[in-house]
Amino acid sequence: MDKINLKKLINAREVSLFIVLILFGIFIQLRNPAFGTPKNINNMLINYSTTMVLAIGMMSVLLIGGIDISIGSILAFAGMVSALVIRDNPDTSVFVAIMIAVIVGGLCGLINGLVIAKGGVPPIIATMGSMNILRGLTYLVANNEWVAAYQINEGFKKFAMSKYLSFGLINNLIFIAFVIALVAYCFLKYTRLGRKIYAVGNNAQAAEISGINISRIKILVYTLMGILAGLSGALWVSLYASAQGDMGMGIEMDVIAACVIGGVSLAGGRGSVVGVLLGAITIAMLGNGLPLIGVSQFSLDAIKGAIIVLTVILNVLLQRQKLKNSLRRREI
Amino acid sequence: MKKRIFAILLSITVISALLVGCGKDNNKAPASGDQTNNEDNKGNEGSDNELKGKKLAVIVKSAGNPYNARQSSGFKEVVEAVGAEVIVKEPESATAEDQIVMINELVAQKVDAIAIAGNDTDALQPALQEAMNKGIKVLSFDSAVNAQSRAVHVNQAGTELIGQSLMEAILDISGGEGQFAILSATSQATNQNAWIEAMQKVMESDDKYSKLELVDIVYGDDEYQKSVDQTQALLSNYPDLKVICAPTTVGIMAAAKVLEDQGVTASVKLTGLGLPSEMGDYIGDGDDKSTPYMYLWNPIDIGRLTGYTAIALVKGEITGAEGETFVAGDLGDYTIVKAEDGGTEIILGPPFQFNPENIDEWKEVY
Repeated sequence: MDKINLKKLINAREVSLFIVLILFGIFIQLRNPAFGTPKNINNMLINYSTTMVLAIGMMSVLLIGGIDISIGSILAFAGMVSALVIRDNPDTSVFVAIMIAVIVGGLCGLINGLVIAKGGVPPIIATMGSMNILRGLTYLVANNEWVAAYQINEGFKKFAMSKYLSFGLINNLIFIAFVIALVAYCFLKYTRLGRKIYAVGNNAQAAEISGINISRIKILVYTLMGILAGLSGALWVSLYASAQGDMGMGIEMDVIAACVIGGVSLAGGRGSVVGVLLGAITIAMLGNGLPLIGVSQFSLDAIKGAIIVLTVILNVLLQRQKLKNSLRRREI
Repeated sequence: MKKRIFAILLSITVISALLVGCGKDNNKAPASGDQTNNEDNKGNEGSDNELKGKKLAVIVKSAGNPYNARQSSGFKEVVEAVGAEVIVKEPESATAEDQIVMINELVAQKVDAIAIAGNDTDALQPALQEAMNKGIKVLSFDSAVNAQSRAVHVNQAGTELIGQSLMEAILDISGGEGQFAILSATSQATNQNAWIEAMQKVMESDDKYSKLELVDIVYGDDEYQKSVDQTQALLSNYPDLKVICAPTTVGIMAAAKVLEDQGVTASVKLTGLGLPSEMGDYIGDGDDKSTPYMYLWNPIDIGRLTGYTAIALVKGEITGAEGETFVAGDLGDYTIVKAEDGGTEIILGPPFQFNPENIDEWKEVY
């Protein structure tokens, strides 16, 4: 009995990824002891908190077999709108600034969802469109200018560096990322709506026959994605204390990579929050750790690509093994 | 099932290939922002009848960057003052392809002059030569196109002048000795590479730099997240680091934020080339500020000098040959000199220093 459980545990995607991550961490640590210090881990998680938040949203989109490549643009647009409000009203509170970004992001996501669900446009095309539209709008609303550090109020700049949300325990941005992960975990695992998302991804036809309103689920996940992208926009502005028109450009690739490394299937229906978090941490470790051991920026992209392909091959092999095992059990 | 796995694998491979490919540059759809300024000049007093109805166009590197916007506004100010029409073109992404499309549009519109900040040294040659064959005066500014594609180039500051200024700053800030590192944009950025090379030459040329040690050159790709990673790595890897020099606007901003957030500004200082508005918060003398001073040229003046040069070319006062002189309004007298690439250029002047005394005034400007 114990043996089977152990095998099951090792077969679990998250555990194998976790082991790989630990090994990778040890490898970096051996070459540069600065990596494992609490300070560096803290820096790394802060710098990649937006990637984590976005990856959790992207996972719900991938679960229904969709994709959203407009998140970088939603992040920029929502973050820029929020930054502009702060610039023009210096006493905007942190909460209001974040809510503005969340609402703007949510609306962008809702539009994505409507175009995909009601308009029947393939997700990659629909979000490619909004990616360009929103990027253009970001330049337009900002009138081609940046919002600089001195135009953002102290409270909002300090938000990314303080710990008050968790009463002094951990940094606000890391706290937000983990709370969102926890909420997403419970939502996807224990609520009806969450299970419906998996059902639609596994077999849309079957889900529809069983009475699930598919287009409503689609609109829901793209809106959620938009909300999280908007939130990331606000976090981005707070963290880097400025807003530029080109912020977050290309981040969708990092985020999709985090999901794929974390075991989310692009065909839909498969993936877990824990896996995605580990995937995002992999991306963070690559970005933070490789420069520490003297790997240049040029090799970084190639290494990132290689790791994605390798983990996916590993994933597929494990999956195949699992299927074989369950088939064998059925035969007996 | 096999088919499905294959399909998944295939799509992942394609996506990761895209990832690797897209990692560096911003592969954005080439849409073009186009601002044509058709405002009638309401009987401007200083109008030059010779230039009435002439159309002078400016193509910047890309939209969405205040630095580029200031260049075009300087150009506009000068050219509109003499009563000519200004056409400002801003490609959405900093690619040569977008600029070629715009050059062709301007040729079709029969403009009289095109001033361009080139996104590529050689790729624009066919389009620009075509324009010159049609009698259009072509000049480059900020980032040069090759010598065959232009009449003259307006250079913000000579490469040597920049290398010199940056090395002087490092020497001064470090107190004459110690480790320093460079945080650059991308490895392909022609500007940055030339400046870094010039810095290294300056370092070798004089004994007073012998106690300085360049420990590393890292690249943040002008992306915030990556620049933060690289700065943090510099701090971890070189505990004795005294100065970071970042000759790039995003890099210097990210580095300033990291140094101040990590609370190391008493021992590690920053200098380089940056936008005053973005760096306004970080420039100061105290131990809590990361940047004692930094440099940049004045993009408005680049735009204005480009405007004056374009006017002089259209009027026929100059042809772009070495040794010609002209008066650039209140900027003063300029002489056309030989450029390193075999063409000719006009040098605006040494980079401008932004320090605690003048930053409050400048951060409002650009």
